[in-house]
Amino acid sequence: MISLILLPVLIPFATFILLLFFRRAVAINQFFAILGALVQLVVSLLILFRVSDQGILVTQLGNWPAPYGITVVADLFSAIMLVMSGLIGLSISIYSVSGLNKNYHKGSFYPLMSVLLMGVNGAFLTGDVFNLYVWFEVLIIASFALLTLGGSKAQMYGGLKYMTINLISSMIFLAAIGLLYGKTGTLNIADLALRMRETESSGMIATTGMLFFIAFGIKAALFPFFFWLPASYHTPPVTITALFSGLMTKVGIYAMIRFFTMIFVQDQQLWQHLLLTIGGLTMVIGVLTAASQYDIRRILSFHIISQIGYMVVGLGLFTVSGVAGAIYFLAHNIITKTNTFLVAGIVNHIKGSFDLKAIGGLYRSHPFIALFMFIPMAGLAGVPPLSGFFGKLLLIIAGFEAHQWLITGVAVLVSLFTMFSMIKIWNEGFWKKQPVTAAVNNKEKVPYTMLLPVIVLALLTIILGVAAEPFINLSTRAADQLINPAEYIQAVLRRSS
Amino acid sequence: MELIFSIVIGIMYAAGVYLLLRRSIVKLILGIIFLGNATNLLILLAGGLTSGAPAFIEKGSGMVSGRVADPLPQALILTAIVIGFGITAFALALMYRFYQISGTDDIDQVTED
Repeated sequence: MISLILLPVLIPFATFILLLFFRRAVAINQFFAILGALVQLVVSLLILFRVSDQGILVTQLGNWPAPYGITVVADLFSAIMLVMSGLIGLSISIYSVSGLNKNYHKGSFYPLMSVLLMGVNGAFLTGDVFNLYVWFEVLIIASFALLTLGGSKAQMYGGLKYMTINLISSMIFLAAIGLLYGKTGTLNIADLALRMRETESSGMIATTGMLFFIAFGIKAALFPFFFWLPASYHTPPVTITALFSGLMTKVGIYAMIRFFTMIFVQDQQLWQHLLLTIGGLTMVIGVLTAASQYDIRRILSFHIISQIGYMVVGLGLFTVSGVAGAIYFLAHNIITKTNTFLVAGIVNHIKGSFDLKAIGGLYRSHPFIALFMFIPMAGLAGVPPLSGFFGKLLLIIAGFEAHQWLITGVAVLVSLFTMFSMIKIWNEGFWKKQPVTAAVNNKEKVPYTMLLPVIVLALLTIILGVAAEPFINLSTRAADQLINPAEYIQAVLRRSS
Repeated sequence: MELIFSIVIGIMYAAGVYLLLRRSIVKLILGIIFLGNATNLLILLAGGLTSGAPAFIEKGSGMVSGRVADPLPQALILTAIVIGFGITAFALALMYRFYQISGTDDIDQVTED
């Protein structure tokens, strides 16, 4: 019998194969893509409930015992991320029905999206470092193809940068895996967690950890490595950017949280300093560059970077509450960030432009839409009682508890700047009058397939904020499993000690 | 043997980085190939070199006896080669399309518009 936790990988794979048969039939393609995403979301929720009730789920492929075979494992953190990926997959597949032009539907958008989701889910579920690399490759190859699908000059230019940087990151990752294997003789995450707690710190381990940090840092777009993101993220259609912003950088953060809470635990002093510094710089530089832009997509792209900084700071505190804050913030950010991009797509649909100087007056002409656009933006800026407020609050409380005053102050300050750049979008796009000079094609009606995901995600932003307590408890339990991995190790290795 | 491997890996990494820093896209792709192969050799070296002892088990006995090579780094490299091959193919296709659109191989000549 196929185990439940293999389904999040198998469902997108089955969808992918199915979609290849109907490459020219757009309607069938859309139907199966949405159906596949829906099933995947349901299965992910099922896994989350199962893990929450019964503890960590493990499957050993081919029944090889743990450190030798390939382990698939779902703990709470994986399960939360799976639900997020299912949610984003479903939103994007509904939104793309009218949010993407027909050339993209014929140009294999849906099959590629399925492969991307398969890679993302695989990365969340794997219990083996080398398999993590393989899943990373699956998802970045799909993302290369999605990014350059339109074939325009800007896309080629962005795609080339994106591809090169991501390949270098993969090679650093691979080299780090080789060194880690050479040092420890195992690649199973649970086995590594066990052995690393027994071995002394050494130069070799610190070097390997640093290589992993750089590899994930590039994927997550941390401070010195983020330039590929604003160079490429605004080139594809906004639907594809929304998909990337929800999932791609977050997989890097996921891997970083998993590695630095479970595996590299020897030099926590060093890592704490490094992660807090890098996190702080990422937040500040991301938000400042975002504030200086005038294209909505560019503002939002730089914003991804700034928000990643918060998660790294949460991880850098290395306390249960800090990591819990990072996990809650990660989940909030996936929902809200994707939603802001989808909103930008609706603005573009109505006004025909992403340039804030050319658009305006949306509040007057589309008040209902403006409301649902206000929610994700306010959520991202951290207006209470939306989800961003609690995400930041958790991180700030954790920062005070860990006596990291400076970085906590920086986080508060960056929050203000975030507010500033969101107000900029709101003021320029919605509040001010439509500039008379700019020629725009005003469309009155917005298709309901574009509105539905925006409304659902906006409601989730409210729910995550208003009823925050169960979600915070869930993140705290997930963080506890990461910081104290005894349960994880025992579940995977089945040792009765 | 380890020393020779180390030197070769170092040279390959250096060559790869040098090629990446050129302006031509063809050289960029060659650089990526160099880096990929250097990484594969690094894994082989890190996993431990055992010459002349394949990873076979005597027929009938369930355990390894004596000196054998560790098959895992080789399996990792095999996977990495396959992935690297696919990515190189994609990079070449991207480069060709880039050349078709922009008419140049020089990255600095191309600006976004």
